[in-house]
Amino acid sequence: MEVTSAVRKPLVTGGKTVHDVTVDVCRRVEDKPNITWFLALAASLGVLTIGLYSVFRTLWDGIGMWGLNKTVGWAWDITNFVWWVGIGHAGTLISAILLLFRQRWRMSINRAAEAMTIFAVICAALFPVLHMGRPWLGAYWALPLPNTFGSLWVNFNSPLLWDVFAISTYFTVSLVFWYIGLIPDFATIRDRAKGIISRTVYGALSFGWNGSARTWERYEAVALILAGLATPLVLSVHTIVSFDFATSVIPGWHTTIFPPYFVAGAIFSGFAMVLTLMLITRKVYKLEDYITINHIEMMNIIIIVTGSIVGVAYITELFMAWYSGVEYEQYAFLNRATGPYWWAYWTMMTCNVISPQLFWIKKIRTSIAATFVLSIVVNIGMWFERFVIIVTSLHRDYLPSSWAMFQPTIYDVGDYLFSIGLFFTLFFLFAKFFPVINMAEVKSIIKATSEKPAMRESGTTTQQKEEMESTSKEV
Amino acid sequence: MKKDNFLIGVFDDDAVLLKAVAKVRESGIRIHECYTPFPVHGLGDALGYKRSKLPIAAFLFGMLGTSLALLMQFYMLGIDWPMIIGGKNFTSIPTFFPVTFELTVLLSALGMVGTFMIISDLRPYGKAKILDLRATDDKYIMAIDLSKNNIGLDEIKKTLSGAGAIEVNEKHN
Repeated sequence: MEVTSAVRKPLVTGGKTVHDVTVDVCRRVEDKPNITWFLALAASLGVLTIGLYSVFRTLWDGIGMWGLNKTVGWAWDITNFVWWVGIGHAGTLISAILLLFRQRWRMSINRAAEAMTIFAVICAALFPVLHMGRPWLGAYWALPLPNTFGSLWVNFNSPLLWDVFAISTYFTVSLVFWYIGLIPDFATIRDRAKGIISRTVYGALSFGWNGSARTWERYEAVALILAGLATPLVLSVHTIVSFDFATSVIPGWHTTIFPPYFVAGAIFSGFAMVLTLMLITRKVYKLEDYITINHIEMMNIIIIVTGSIVGVAYITELFMAWYSGVEYEQYAFLNRATGPYWWAYWTMMTCNVISPQLFWIKKIRTSIAATFVLSIVVNIGMWFERFVIIVTSLHRDYLPSSWAMFQPTIYDVGDYLFSIGLFFTLFFLFAKFFPVINMAEVKSIIKATSEKPAMRESGTTTQQKEEMESTSKEV
Repeated sequence: MKKDNFLIGVFDDDAVLLKAVAKVRESGIRIHECYTPFPVHGLGDALGYKRSKLPIAAFLFGMLGTSLALLMQFYMLGIDWPMIIGGKNFTSIPTFFPVTFELTVLLSALGMVGTFMIISDLRPYGKAKILDLRATDDKYIMAIDLSKNNIGLDEIKKTLSGAGAIEVNEKHN
């Protein structure tokens, strides 16, 4: 039994009924796509194609095509990897952690956020694979397979190997979680489908779902356990990613603060990307009644919280460098802020620490234009955070004779463009052919939390209040 | 093949359906199943279903994952090909933790979802047994198998309408 307070803002506006939810979401799938969608898809396919050439050259000629040198052996590839994995975290946070905390506002955004997670993890996985140089041999390095010289196995003590397990488990579990949620919605599309092709395709995708009470009972048990499994999983993924750095002896990397700092940063950047995508999707698909200003404000509040955690982490790093008394550590941080890469450091500081604080002002956090701009600013900032951590820590070696700078080549840029093109292509295809809102979940809250048409006109009367209370009790 | 004879009660409110289920069962009619567009809380209890045992499956598959992961790592690095890395122990529980954790989660999730798919008869190209297409849209369906009830058809129809069904249809296939 759940009781919703009458003062809570409605999660779905516009007096929608259960049937309206079906129509509003299925219509996007059933209608012919509009010109905006084609233009958007063409643009992302264009970026993908340009990037594809660069990926081809990287594989054909090797990673010497990148701007790496003996001192800076990790640069854009790992930056992009960590950036994409981080972006993925918001989807799991929304679908799993907010489910455990019974945050019902997650319901209209979780589908798209989970899709974003899956696509972001695909983009992330691309970079370690490319960095292998000869990925066709990668299975011997990444998977526990005996090599051909004997039975030498992979090193289970290495954080890089933990990454393989963490990312692949994360991808698989997110995909399964997402798909389980999609099955009832595919069934809705199947039962409305008129054409033979759509009936067959969505029929296959819906796995013969018929919405029986017994299956729903099991479905709910499965969803709850998957959420319980995904919650520690999502926290473990970026923790393990941060171990790639934290277990080394490079000044600026060797800190115990990395796991929580990376996880907070991941959620921070993930929510920024969710906002970027959702603001476009709600506009193009006219989903303003489902993804309301209230939803946007909630996400912005999460951005303030995680952004502030990230800010505190930056300052703690500086304090620890000074307090540790380790000369190398102190130099690393001084060099970050005032060395040749000072501009990257201050871009990071401005975008990640200062800009999210603007969301304390209610006008800004409920403004769509401001949210859109700031969500992009945050993602730029988070990309620079990884660049600062990786490149500025490496470019000043222990030996001044090996000090170097990193200059990206067009192939560094091209591979990054490839991942961006891939991400948006996948997202636009998802937005057309998949239900972008979890219909079954939104339907389950529509009675308790939808805005009543009568209420909007005349304000709540006592009788309606009683009605609302009794319906919410029944739910 | 045996012919199915179903009586379908169509409801347009989940709360009405919940009360109707109790009412219909009280009058001695056996309900075949209910079909709803979203999980209606309490419907399983009202229909007298036992709680799902899937959490136990998840736990057992998780344990299997833990054991397999530990066995694999101890066998590979401890027995089959021990490696000297910085003079450290060949095997160590703390560094085996991440992989063990990940495989526990992986097997638990896949095993539980696989079990769910099998027991619920969900599979690609599975044919959905649909009694009313609106059950995935906005209607709540109560299906009564006439061959398993020896109460008169008219009486069942009257009970369903009395319980708030907006339509009562017969379905033969």
